[in-house]
Amino acid sequence: MEQLRYSRVPELRGWRDVPIAGIVPWPGSTAENRMHAWRTFRPVIDPEKCVRCRLCWVYCPDGAIVELDKPYTTRSGRTYKVTYEVNYDYCKGCGICANECPVKAIRMVPEVR
Amino acid sequence: MALTRPVRTVWDIPREERFAPGHAMCQGCGAAIIMRHLMKVVGKDAIIVMATGCVEVTTTLFPRTSWLNPWLHLAFENAGAAASGVEAALKVLRRKGVIDGSRRVKVVAIAGDGGSFDIGLQSLSGMLERGHDVMFVVYDNEAYMNTGIQRSSATPYGAWTTTTPVGKRWRGEWRPKKDIIGIALAHRIPYVATANPAYPTDMVEKFRRAFEIEGPSLVHVLSPCTPGWRIPTEKTIEVARLAVQTGVWVLLEVVNGRPRVTVKVPRRKHVRHYLRLQGRFRHLTDEEIERIQKMVDQYVEEINRWVGEQAIGPVAE
Repeated sequence: MEQLRYSRVPELRGWRDVPIAGIVPWPGSTAENRMHAWRTFRPVIDPEKCVRCRLCWVYCPDGAIVELDKPYTTRSGRTYKVTYEVNYDYCKGCGICANECPVKAIRMVPEVR
Repeated sequence: MALTRPVRTVWDIPREERFAPGHAMCQGCGAAIIMRHLMKVVGKDAIIVMATGCVEVTTTLFPRTSWLNPWLHLAFENAGAAASGVEAALKVLRRKGVIDGSRRVKVVAIAGDGGSFDIGLQSLSGMLERGHDVMFVVYDNEAYMNTGIQRSSATPYGAWTTTTPVGKRWRGEWRPKKDIIGIALAHRIPYVATANPAYPTDMVEKFRRAFEIEGPSLVHVLSPCTPGWRIPTEKTIEVARLAVQTGVWVLLEVVNGRPRVTVKVPRRKHVRHYLRLQGRFRHLTDEEIERIQKMVDQYVEEINRWVGEQAIGPVAE
C-alpha cells in the first residue's frame, strides 16, 4: 500500500526551539495524535459479509478505514482483491461506517476497559 | 499531481490520504469527509489558503498540522484577498523564472459559511470579480459551529441556534438562507457548483472540474455538523442524503452560465423527513413544517424553470 510519510514533531523545550514566525514545518504531523480515547464503540468489520463496495472508506471522516491490497477468500469461495481494516489509533467511533454499510457487515462493539 | 481523469465510480477516487488523520474534528464531522476528498483531488500542486473556521482550528493545533500542502492561516474576512495575493505572486514568480512555468500550481481557498457568506463576502466578491485563478471551497455547516452555534446568514429558516433561540416569541431563525450561488453567478465566473458529501463521486468530480478550470471557481458543499445540527454522530451522511432527496439541497453545476442538475430526483420526499432527524428543528409544529415545504417547493420550481427541465420531481412522500 502506498503510504505517505507523515512527519514527526521534534521535542520543543523552550521558545528557542519554536520556528520563527510560528510556522509549522512538519506536514501531516497530527498523525502522531492517537484519537482512540474519544471512542465508546469500536467498529468491527466482518470480512465474510463485506462485499468491498468501498463506502466505509469513502465516508470515514478520519481516514481510519484502511484499504489493503490483501486478497481474501470467503468461506463460500469468493475471492476479493482488497481487504478493509480499521485503524483503531485514529477511529473516533462515530459509527458512520456501520450506518452506511449496505450489507451491515460492520458492527459497533462497546469498548470495555 | 492533481486528479486528471473523470470520476465515475468510487473506485476512481485515489487511495492516497493527503489529509493526515489525528485531527481534532468532532466524531462524524461532515467537513472532515469533504477535506479528505478535496485533498485527494488537488494533490500536491496546490496552495491552501484557509479562513478561520472549524476546520482551520481543529487541524492546526500547534505544533502539529494535518495538511501536507503549503498552507496559509488567515482571519475570517480575508481568505479571498490572500488567495488573490498568492495567485498574483505565483504569476510573478513564473514570469521571473523562479518556478517552472509549465508546472501548474493552483491556489485553493477554503472557508466556512462565516468566512464566505458573512464576514468574508467582500474579499470573496473581490476575488471573483478580478478573475483570479483560485478555486474557492465553501463548506457550509449553516452556523458558526466553531464558536458555539451562533446564527450566520447561511442558517436556514426555522433552525435553532444559540442566537436565534426558541421561546414564546422567537421560533428559531426567521430569515431564509442567503443564496451564495446567485451571488457567485452575478460575477459571471466560469464554474459554480453545489456538492454534498453523501454523493462522493459527484462531489469529487466537481472538485476536479473546479480545480481544472482556468479562472475563479466556487464549490458550495453542505457539511452536516453533528453537535450544531443536534444529530447522532452516525447520521451525518443520512442527513446529507435526505437534504438532496427532499429538494432542500439541489446538486447544481453551472459551467459558463449554463446550469445543469447533476443528481436528478424524480420523486422527492417531504421535507419533514429531513427536519425531523435534526434536533435544531425539533420545536417546529406541523404548520411550520408545511411553511418550510412551501418554501422548498418554490425553490425547486425556480431551479426547474432555470435548468429548463423537470430535474427535481414532485413530492411523493
